[in-house]
Amino acid sequence: MNLEGLLASSIDGLMLGFVFGLMAMGLTLIFGVMKVINLGHGPFIVMGMFAILVMSQLGINPYLGLVVVIVMGLVTGAIVYFVAVHRVINAPELTTLLATFSVNMMLIGALTIIFSTSPRGLDLELPSFRAGAVTVLGTRLVAVLVAIAVTVILYWFLYRTRIGKSIRAVANNRDAAELMGINSTWVLALSFGIGTMLAMVSGGLLATLFSFTVLSGAGLETKSFVIVVLGGLGNPTGALLGGIIIGLLESVTTIFVPVSWVPVFEFVIFVLILLFRPTGLLGAR
Amino acid sequence: MHTLKSPFFWIVLIVLSALAALPVLTNSTAMREDMFLILMLMILASSINIIMGYTGYVSFGHIVFFGLGGYVAFFLTREFQVHFVLAALVGGICASTIAFLIGLPVLRLRGAYFALATIGINEAFRAFFTNFEPWGGSVGMFFNIAVYDAYGGAKNAGQLAYYAMVGLALVTVATSFLIKKSRFGLGLMAIREDQDAAMVLGVHPARYKVITYTISAFFPAMAGAIFFFKNGLIEPGPAFELHRSIEALVMVMLGGYGTVTGPIVGAIVYERLRGFLITDPTLSNAHLVIAGVMLLLIVLFMTAGVVGWVRQRVPALRRYLE
Repeated sequence: MNLEGLLASSIDGLMLGFVFGLMAMGLTLIFGVMKVINLGHGPFIVMGMFAILVMSQLGINPYLGLVVVIVMGLVTGAIVYFVAVHRVINAPELTTLLATFSVNMMLIGALTIIFSTSPRGLDLELPSFRAGAVTVLGTRLVAVLVAIAVTVILYWFLYRTRIGKSIRAVANNRDAAELMGINSTWVLALSFGIGTMLAMVSGGLLATLFSFTVLSGAGLETKSFVIVVLGGLGNPTGALLGGIIIGLLESVTTIFVPVSWVPVFEFVIFVLILLFRPTGLLGAR
Repeated sequence: MHTLKSPFFWIVLIVLSALAALPVLTNSTAMREDMFLILMLMILASSINIIMGYTGYVSFGHIVFFGLGGYVAFFLTREFQVHFVLAALVGGICASTIAFLIGLPVLRLRGAYFALATIGINEAFRAFFTNFEPWGGSVGMFFNIAVYDAYGGAKNAGQLAYYAMVGLALVTVATSFLIKKSRFGLGLMAIREDQDAAMVLGVHPARYKVITYTISAFFPAMAGAIFFFKNGLIEPGPAFELHRSIEALVMVMLGGYGTVTGPIVGAIVYERLRGFLITDPTLSNAHLVIAGVMLLLIVLFMTAGVVGWVRQRVPALRRYLE
């Protein structure tokens, strides 16, 4: 076994894991605040990818474009919340699952009409860094740094600002938060917006790393489910940890087994975690 | 067994048989293909309704049984020339056995956790079959054309597969009816409304749920077996397609959650509508968008579905329309 190869793929997996973590955080935040599993998560990721693609075609630097994506994400999320989720927020989970799935169908349909389903990619050249046998691609490094920055800002927002605190209050107990004078409708819409924004930003970052199609969202959505369950549904820190675990798993296990076996392990672990530790690796909140 | 004396039970089965006989009487192959698909979706939707509509457990990845039954039966027919009906039965029993085994632990989960677990199970099986080389791996398996000789050629085999699907659809609907009207079904609906209260009243939730899950796995598995026998080709992607499972859920919602006729109506309406949207030149691109909008409107404004809505509006029908 070649140790340098192991090191190189670990670093690779770790970096990818941060981006995956950011992606899953969007899903887990929405579940944590309003107990809704957002089946529109995949299309949101894809929207981020195509937003970056369109902007880079217009000559805007993709990393600068992320700022636009952040605003787009917040607005899209809030609109989707008011159109599809608000009316059924207290209904049984099947209703919200189907409501968000209808959003999924509409978005995928619309994106297919606009962009077709042919594979796309960004033409992005950044210098890479070498240290011994380990080569770090510039695009990956930037993606990780952005992912970490967004995470830090999110935590600062949730724990240090008044609006962030009201989001956490609504997540804890919506009725009590209402009694304390928090307008829960706006808080829920904002949370959905933030969740959507995280999905879109991570999509934008993934677009700088891999080629993609309109249909890439489905696989990334199920991957997000796995990550979220690993870390505990509704727990953003857990999602980050889960993302890193999945990133490492995907890159390191490929040294030992063919890459196509990786999803088998992922989903078996996913079901086992649900059965034996439904609160996730980090335990109860 | 007083359900068997209910006129409505027989009316539903007779209407269904009449619909199914239409393509045979008019000798229209195109119509038969349409009907074949509608019947298959009806079976999927009715089975999901048994676990979801009656018991309240959202089985998102129910298509896993469709794929499992399809694979087992396909393998048997291909390797050992087992008659396809027998192979479908074996496929159904295998899927039910697996449902029984995984049902015990998985049905302890409630709500969203259960829904996620069923997605995970489906994806795990799909990933496994993609890698399982003895059964073709990612390429899947296909029939040598000679397989159909035992059934009098491919054309005849298609006809036989259609009859098998009709029979299975009738059995599925009858089972769904019998469960709903039985003491057992009453227990399931008690679990749906309040599991803890049901337990206090002497319903054994774990046992009830596992039995229901086992039953609801059987019919999709047989449908998968018949479908892929006719198809002549089985691949992991189409066999474990999560999207199809969700479509079946949409049909249940469209027709009416927890009613016997709801999934039937839902399957017919959904499939006809999709057929119309896809074949219409101006709408074909937008069919996914339109279907999404319709789903959202149903979820937001017509939660009870078509059959549920009729039941609410016309109280006189409630005694008969299940």
